[in-house]
Amino acid sequence: MSPDLAFLVEVLVGGLLSGVMYALVAIGFVLIYKTSGVLNFAQGAMLLFAALTFVSLTERGVPFAGAFVATLGVMVLLGLTIERAVLRPLVNQPPITLFMATLGVAYVIEGAAQLAWGTQVHGLDLGIDDTPIDIAGVFVSRFDLFAAAVAGLMVAVLSLFFRYTRTGLAFRAVADDPLAALNTGLRLPRIWAAVWIASGIVALVAGLLWGARLGVQFSLSLVVLKALPVLVLGGFDSILGAIVAGLIVGAVEKLSEVYLGPFIGGGIEGWIAYVAALGFLLVRPSGLFGVRSVERV
Amino acid sequence: MPTLKIRLRSALVAGTALLALTGAANADEQHFPLQSYRVGPYAAGGTGFFGGFIDYLNLINTRDGGVNGVKLTWSEGETQYEVERGVEVYERLKSRPGIAAWNPLSVGIAYAMIDRITKDKVPLITINHGRTDSTDGRVFPYVFPLLLNPYSETSGIVEYLASREGGLEKLKGKTIAVLFHGSPYGKETIPIYELLAKKYGFKVEQIEVPHPGNEQQSQWLTIRRLKPDYVVLRGWGVMNPVALKTAQKTGFPANRIVGNVWSNSEEDVIPAGEAAKGYVAITTQASGAEYPVLQEVTKTVYGAGTGNLADRKRIGSVYHNLGIVNGILNVEAVRAAQEKFGKRTLTGDEVRWGFEHLRLDEARVAALGAKGLFHSINVTCANHEGEGRVTFQQWDGAKWSVVSDWIAPDWATLRPIIEASSATYAKEHGLTPRDCAKEEAASQAPAVGQ
Repeated sequence: MSPDLAFLVEVLVGGLLSGVMYALVAIGFVLIYKTSGVLNFAQGAMLLFAALTFVSLTERGVPFAGAFVATLGVMVLLGLTIERAVLRPLVNQPPITLFMATLGVAYVIEGAAQLAWGTQVHGLDLGIDDTPIDIAGVFVSRFDLFAAAVAGLMVAVLSLFFRYTRTGLAFRAVADDPLAALNTGLRLPRIWAAVWIASGIVALVAGLLWGARLGVQFSLSLVVLKALPVLVLGGFDSILGAIVAGLIVGAVEKLSEVYLGPFIGGGIEGWIAYVAALGFLLVRPSGLFGVRSVERV
Repeated sequence: MPTLKIRLRSALVAGTALLALTGAANADEQHFPLQSYRVGPYAAGGTGFFGGFIDYLNLINTRDGGVNGVKLTWSEGETQYEVERGVEVYERLKSRPGIAAWNPLSVGIAYAMIDRITKDKVPLITINHGRTDSTDGRVFPYVFPLLLNPYSETSGIVEYLASREGGLEKLKGKTIAVLFHGSPYGKETIPIYELLAKKYGFKVEQIEVPHPGNEQQSQWLTIRRLKPDYVVLRGWGVMNPVALKTAQKTGFPANRIVGNVWSNSEEDVIPAGEAAKGYVAITTQASGAEYPVLQEVTKTVYGAGTGNLADRKRIGSVYHNLGIVNGILNVEAVRAAQEKFGKRTLTGDEVRWGFEHLRLDEARVAALGAKGLFHSINVTCANHEGEGRVTFQQWDGAKWSVVSDWIAPDWATLRPIIEASSATYAKEHGLTPRDCAKEEAASQAPAVGQ
């Protein structure tokens, strides 16, 4: 392989693996949106809260597994609390009201996380070596490969869950038509509580992987900015869409930065993904895999 | 939860202190309003810096009864590092009597305050940061980028890299990549790297990382293709640990990365774990708690239970020590001004005079218990930076260790560029630069008792 081609492959692979990390965050959004139509802006704060709780427990001597289980418990409680205290009282309110409510929840969680665990930054070592593997002159990160495997596993588990379990089918029923689901005897509050818990668990997994990458600090909550173009591109209600769009966004970002950046000043990957997403939005407003809504008038 | 308990107790103590302070100001008080940031994305740096600053003011009050009997007081306003909040805090606290100086530790807030503090005649201290051309006190009488401005930092880094290569002439033919934060702060040194590259014959490649810098794969792949001899990291916040981790991921050795003054703290390296081992960064103040002044702070302030840090383990950390040094410089400026104007509450303009006569040689630094913590400072009317020296520290995975002598930046090369920039500013703002020689002659006349 020529050096230039090897470099191109390296940029592309690096972009695809970064995209998987973006998709991990996007999946948390999709879960909530799919079942309740709420764009949960607090997903980034939940991710921060999960990682901060986990790392604070391990630093206090709690073993890895114990800290993971305890954090899982905390995230379940957090999910239940948000659903019970914020979303349920606002049921039937316009989507913008619910969105603003999650915005408020994000600030409350961020503040509570810092109040409870302090403002210091923490290192998080998941025990995965992040030295590169050399494959025919192309460097590939071990950690990114691990993250991709985790993301793949999570998508598989969620897909099986939605397809084959009673609760999963109930999620889908609620997503398709909440009123019809209610008529068949499904208890919406219980389902919404369950989905907030699932979203909390996704936040924990994403928080640990992003925390190991960036360090556990306030900036973790900013990773939502990476998930937004993924959601626009993939559709707000498709887990598969989140993964595919994550890969596209990652690849577009890296290839543009490396090959286009030098000609237009560099530092373009912060916004180029949004350009791609906006362009796509004009052509297909529901995203790659999103359900196109049709309303009878 | 002990952290929460400590936090609530600190808040209660701070609240009580604030209540006491917001009453009628005592004639023998000198006040420091603090635009601090204890929550939000940059809280780790804010708690360290403002904690160190307050600890030193506290030490002076507890140990010495203030500066020549004048008590030092302070009040805090939370900014979360946001410019709007910083300005709001300024407007809210500026009417407090006896304000000595403002110390926001934020480039954005400092820029937004320049016109205000100039009008209100109170010094603005931007230790290790701020506008480079504010070094020229003839045009910026109230702004003090003490110890190090961005251009001096650039020169100091180049001098250090030259010392690693065996001399400035050995830089010829080398390649240095500068990875900079995509912000006005990050971009400020672009022309200076270009200038120094031309002067010393090295090749410079400057690569931008978009804010906040939590994804740098493409930048480091570009660096891998360039194969530079060194990478200078001009980062901020999360950009720093991500740079170190991505460097490891792309096979670039940490000991060939040199961080700037906002990439040099524990908060920048701890999250990077093993990837940060061997990383080197510039600093104006060494880290560690072994210096006599730090020992006194630990004994006198923390011993009495009035220390400002929630976690005592952070005593001697980079940001805490920067706060301590900032405290020393502020207090010594007040002391210098008192020598001229009298041992009483001074006006902001009088404290400005003190900053312009802040001369701490190595002997005086040692007498203050800070030998080895920082080198010296020599501020004048024309030079508000004060010829600070820099040193370099290396991270070993647990602590920083100093790995160079104190280095003097190439001020002779930098000064004409600074003066050209300040002249442009003066022209744009219709200012007439001060005549420092004339002012100095006039200030020789005794003022005490006036």
